[in-house]
Amino acid sequence: MTPNPYLWVIPILPLAGAAINGFFGRRSSKRAISTIALVFCGAAFFMALLVAWGFSSASAPYYFDLAHWIRSGSFQVDFSFYLDQLSLVMLLVVTGVGFLIHIYSVGYMWDDDGYYRFMSYMNLFMFFMLTLVLAKDYLVMFIGWEGVGLASYLLIGYWFTKDSAAAAGKKAFIVNRIGDCGFLIALFLIIKHFHSLDFTKVFELVSAWQTETAGVGILTAIGLLLMVGAAGKSAQIPLYVWLPDAMEGPTPVSALIHAATMVTAGVYMVARSSAIFERAPMAMMVVAIIGTLTALFAATIGIAQTDIKKVLAYSTISQLGYMFMACGVGAFSAGIFHLMTHAFFKGLLFLAAGSVIHGIGGEQDMRKMGGLRTYMPWTFATMGIATLAIAGIPPLAGFWSKDEILWQAFGASWVYWLIGVITAFITSFYMFRLMYMTFGGDYRGTVAQEAHGHDDHGHAQGHGHGEPHESPWVMLGPLVILALLSVVGGFIGYGNRFEHFLAPAFQGAAREVAQETSREAADSTLEHLLMGVSISVAGLGWLLAYLLYSRRPQLPARIAASLGGLYQAVAHKYYVDELYAILFVKPVIDGSTTILWHGVDQEVIDATVNNSASAARHVSDSVRHMQSGNLRSYAGWVAAGGAVVIAYMVWMGVR
Amino acid sequence: MVPLSYYLLLSGILFVCGVLGFLIKRNIITIFMSIELMLNGVNLSFVAFAAHWHALSGQVFVFFVMVVAAAEAAVGLAIIIAVYRTRETLNVDQVNLLKL
Repeated sequence: MTPNPYLWVIPILPLAGAAINGFFGRRSSKRAISTIALVFCGAAFFMALLVAWGFSSASAPYYFDLAHWIRSGSFQVDFSFYLDQLSLVMLLVVTGVGFLIHIYSVGYMWDDDGYYRFMSYMNLFMFFMLTLVLAKDYLVMFIGWEGVGLASYLLIGYWFTKDSAAAAGKKAFIVNRIGDCGFLIALFLIIKHFHSLDFTKVFELVSAWQTETAGVGILTAIGLLLMVGAAGKSAQIPLYVWLPDAMEGPTPVSALIHAATMVTAGVYMVARSSAIFERAPMAMMVVAIIGTLTALFAATIGIAQTDIKKVLAYSTISQLGYMFMACGVGAFSAGIFHLMTHAFFKGLLFLAAGSVIHGIGGEQDMRKMGGLRTYMPWTFATMGIATLAIAGIPPLAGFWSKDEILWQAFGASWVYWLIGVITAFITSFYMFRLMYMTFGGDYRGTVAQEAHGHDDHGHAQGHGHGEPHESPWVMLGPLVILALLSVVGGFIGYGNRFEHFLAPAFQGAAREVAQETSREAADSTLEHLLMGVSISVAGLGWLLAYLLYSRRPQLPARIAASLGGLYQAVAHKYYVDELYAILFVKPVIDGSTTILWHGVDQEVIDATVNNSASAARHVSDSVRHMQSGNLRSYAGWVAAGGAVVIAYMVWMGVR
Repeated sequence: MVPLSYYLLLSGILFVCGVLGFLIKRNIITIFMSIELMLNGVNLSFVAFAAHWHALSGQVFVFFVMVVAAAEAAVGLAIIIAVYRTRETLNVDQVNLLKL
């Protein structure tokens, strides 16, 4: 453990940017807002590079205690930051990709009225995300965890005048809350059994525990509850429903928060808790099964979506499923590797999609695109690279990481591998479908006579916009850099270098690496065979998409018609939203309306207050009439009172 | 010698007459006279007891009552005149406001 005083500066920088823009941005010029947002975010990236430069595995992990927080007897929580190999990877991904997307946002959001608000939220998000990845204990991590949820809510509902955006923001927030509930209970269990939330302390204590092979114990419970939290944040079954709706936010937000960084927080958290999961095989299995099912399930939905961002959203869910599959079979480093490459190519895909949407004036429906290859060559080239990368075509980044996951999954069970390969096929198919629909063929959108500003993209759907045009360089620059990273990013993992680098961050990883190396040596033919299978399914997916969407564009509609109900089910996302509406949303709303609102609030709480008030009024009202001002009635009361007193005295006297 | 109970009975009748007059009559002057009747009913019982017990304090008390009654009559009649001047009526049922 080596102290490193730079650590706390990294998250604070974007917070300062967020504060300055948030408080003073309304009166600043857009140039000043951009400068502040980019300088503070870039400074965080620079600091991260500085820290990475000085990083050496020998002196890792680094830490820095900023302040005391909770001191309750022997239970202590501090504001402390922590940097090991795992958080270093996350740190570089978050600041690097985050910085690029900030640059892109300058171009994309320039004409929006709430520009300063947007930039402030983006910087705020960076602060919380960096807090999350640099936390030294679960509670500080939880601050970041909730904070990114808040930033996500603010940014999904950024165009809050649109009902659907406001509703999507709420949905994301509420679904995440369900996951957070599990996370919190896991933290309570950790406090109860380990009396600390500090990563190092907890994992040290856990390492003394037996592996819970027989039956279910406390570690399995903690693991499963952590997975509930991760499923909420990382959009896994059954809590994935918020992510597709989150596409209501501006596209840079989708790229940064809902593809590259925030949604991977769940994977990071599971990987961080590897010590706990290692000793809870049951929880590991659940993680693997959820991940595998999510990967397949979301990929199939992606086939039938027509909104370009929705396709990418389901693709993100599916890729996150791969990461959880990797974590579930114990290949944490493979999961983090895929997290990193995914941040490159999925961030790129979203930014390129944003460039497309920007270029044709806010249209997101792929049926109204087409032929954009000639209008926006740079976007086409970079998005093509990202598509090749996600489809798993060597030697691009996605191939290395996905293949690593599939190889590791095969070691656990061939079922995972098979579903993974099927998913890879579907992934390749829907991504090339997207490419052909967007860039191939002829332009199917409406070309208005006169070009006008695209200040309202994202608001208006499908208004005429003039010729599609390429985006400005401030947007293309990040695309090109991310495209380069998508090409070369995979080579980091060549020869298990990445795995060796991350090994100290995971308990039991050294053993795993050794096993892995020996297995690879023994089964190199098998590995190459599996690799060949995954490359060929990617190629098949491409071929199928080419045949259906480039050669015979009429065919898909006919196939869809012949499939009938099945196609309808997929196009409607298997009616999961409707199912949840019937199962959870409607009972809650009905229960709240009839029992809590009409029953408890109106009948009990309101009734108590209102009835006591009206009772007091009724009593006063009747007593009021005694004081009529009529002299003789007063006299009557006096006489009656006197009569009562006399009667009483006489009666008492008789006794 | 007339027995005490006769005096007390007369005193009670006078008092009850006063009370009934007070409650029933509407004219302020009549009500005022009813009050005097009640006071005198009480006075009669005071002197009757004083004579019966041969104690002077009862007689003294009657004087006090008469003095107070005289003062009250002076103030009361003044008020009645003031009421009549402002409201042009002596019917108590119509005099139910302290302020016009």
